[in-house]
Amino acid sequence: MKALVWHGTADIRCDTVPDPMIEDGRDAIIKVTSCAICGSDLHLYDHFMPGMKAGDIMGHETMGEVVEVGRDNTALKVGDRIVVPFTIICGQCEQCKRGNFSVCERSNRNAALAETAFGHTTAGLFGYTHLTGGYPGGQAEYLRVPYADATHIKVPNGIPDEKLLFLSDIFPTGWQAAVQCDIQPEDTVAIWGCGPVGQMAIRSAILLGAERVIAIDRVPERLTMARAGGAETIDLNQESNVVAKLNDMTNGKGPEKCIDTVGMEAHATTSLDAIYDRAKQAVMLESDRPHVLRQMIMACRPAGVLSIPGVYGGLIDKVPFGAAMNKGLTFRMGQTHVNRWSDDLLRRIEEGQIDPSFVITHTVGLEQGPEMYRTFRDKQDGCIKVMIRP
Amino acid sequence: MTHPSTSEAAMNQSRMTHSPMTRTVDPRTRSAHDALARGLGWFSIGLGLAEILAPRALCRALGLQGREALVQAYGAREVATGAAILMSHDPTPWLWGRVAGDALDLATLATGFEGDNPRTGTLALATVAVAGVTLADIVCVQGLTADKRPAQPGVYEYHNRSGYPHGLAAAHGAASNLAVPRDFRIPDALRPWREGRPVAGS
Repeated sequence: MKALVWHGTADIRCDTVPDPMIEDGRDAIIKVTSCAICGSDLHLYDHFMPGMKAGDIMGHETMGEVVEVGRDNTALKVGDRIVVPFTIICGQCEQCKRGNFSVCERSNRNAALAETAFGHTTAGLFGYTHLTGGYPGGQAEYLRVPYADATHIKVPNGIPDEKLLFLSDIFPTGWQAAVQCDIQPEDTVAIWGCGPVGQMAIRSAILLGAERVIAIDRVPERLTMARAGGAETIDLNQESNVVAKLNDMTNGKGPEKCIDTVGMEAHATTSLDAIYDRAKQAVMLESDRPHVLRQMIMACRPAGVLSIPGVYGGLIDKVPFGAAMNKGLTFRMGQTHVNRWSDDLLRRIEEGQIDPSFVITHTVGLEQGPEMYRTFRDKQDGCIKVMIRP
Repeated sequence: MTHPSTSEAAMNQSRMTHSPMTRTVDPRTRSAHDALARGLGWFSIGLGLAEILAPRALCRALGLQGREALVQAYGAREVATGAAILMSHDPTPWLWGRVAGDALDLATLATGFEGDNPRTGTLALATVAVAGVTLADIVCVQGLTADKRPAQPGVYEYHNRSGYPHGLAAAHGAASNLAVPRDFRIPDALRPWREGRPVAGS
């Protein structure tokens, strides 16, 4: 089959690789009908996340049709149409039973590696480093889904892939980011980053009834899309002091809720802390650039909430934790417990509250995937979200 | 927050017809400027090693005897810059560093034309070579910068992409009755106050 394969930093190729096979009774194989490139794939593309090996198949936003089912899998049958959540879940461990699916205790087959890096294992993820299991990803013609009897979202026929695909990751990720803010009707929610997750977080905050949503980015077309979703915007090309601007916009009080959809690769270029991060990263004394995290801590209203769906992978430096502590901020973060939200979000799509396909700007075949990684990374050609049809 | 009235359902439908891309695909994802940058990185390391390991021979060939320590220092600079270009996710700033280094090299070579240097022919050749590499550095850094240049405002108009089939006004608060799971609620003491009391968790 054809698949997008990681070969090294900024080197992804469309290769021919062996077809996946059933390896366990709970498995299923799907024929991929649609997949997408996620912002967090760019952390692998740029090799900021450790644990990649040449030959790894990329992709964790995938849906398709079941073509083969393991002998112990009674939840699925050939012909079922499923969206595959990016977190692989056993459905049986203590964390899964609590709904903390992204920290499933059993699905990471490289648990020892994760324990070394994170202290404890987290869930296995598709196409996302050997720290999280080294499972082949879904930017391919076929995908083996481990623990498929739990790791799936059944979706009805009659709704196009474009509306359903993002149940795999960015929609529930933006949703969880907003839900964990516990949004109140009088809240102002500030959202850093207007990439795909940022766009979903904006819509989620609007649906959940935030009084105001303020989105922060520097890419013109992303700001336009943010405004279309109901956000006010701060354009970083015109505003260098985000904290002061947010104070101005909120009568000096700051936003009650702040969401970081940017994560480890903040692209600040003009501030002193950005130069500091770049220098430390160049000599490998810091793995992540926490520019947004620093701004959120300083901007957030005392007793407010910071929600962090943006991915961080390792070590950060010069975070004003004294400000966070003294302001009594609440930090909520983590990978998304996809299956916890999927039934509710599917219903909202069916009822027409939201159509997540608004974010798709490019639809390509697998062969064009490598080029689209670069286009997406460099924010060229108006690219916000790439959907791939293998 | 503004609530523009839109006929967004229709707009969303028309958006779905976005045409697939059909451009020619480079099987690898590096641009020509990336490849040039890597080439310059390796060149930098090679030249730097030569300057570190054979400063006396280089100075003799250029008639710059007595500058061996300076040449070795330039060599260290070249190796460090080359390694940074090869290891960096974005070599652009390091290439600007190379351009500055080129200027330093040219200035140093220019001092060799003073006095009665018997090696002015070799020196002139070296100066032309360094000028050529400087040109390559400038072409590369400008290309990389152009690759990353964001679109001008208004080129990609996504103003009709609300994502709300029934419009923004209908969407606002449509999910406000969500029963936030207990483990996702903020503590009562951190909730907003209404009528002198914190709003109780639902």
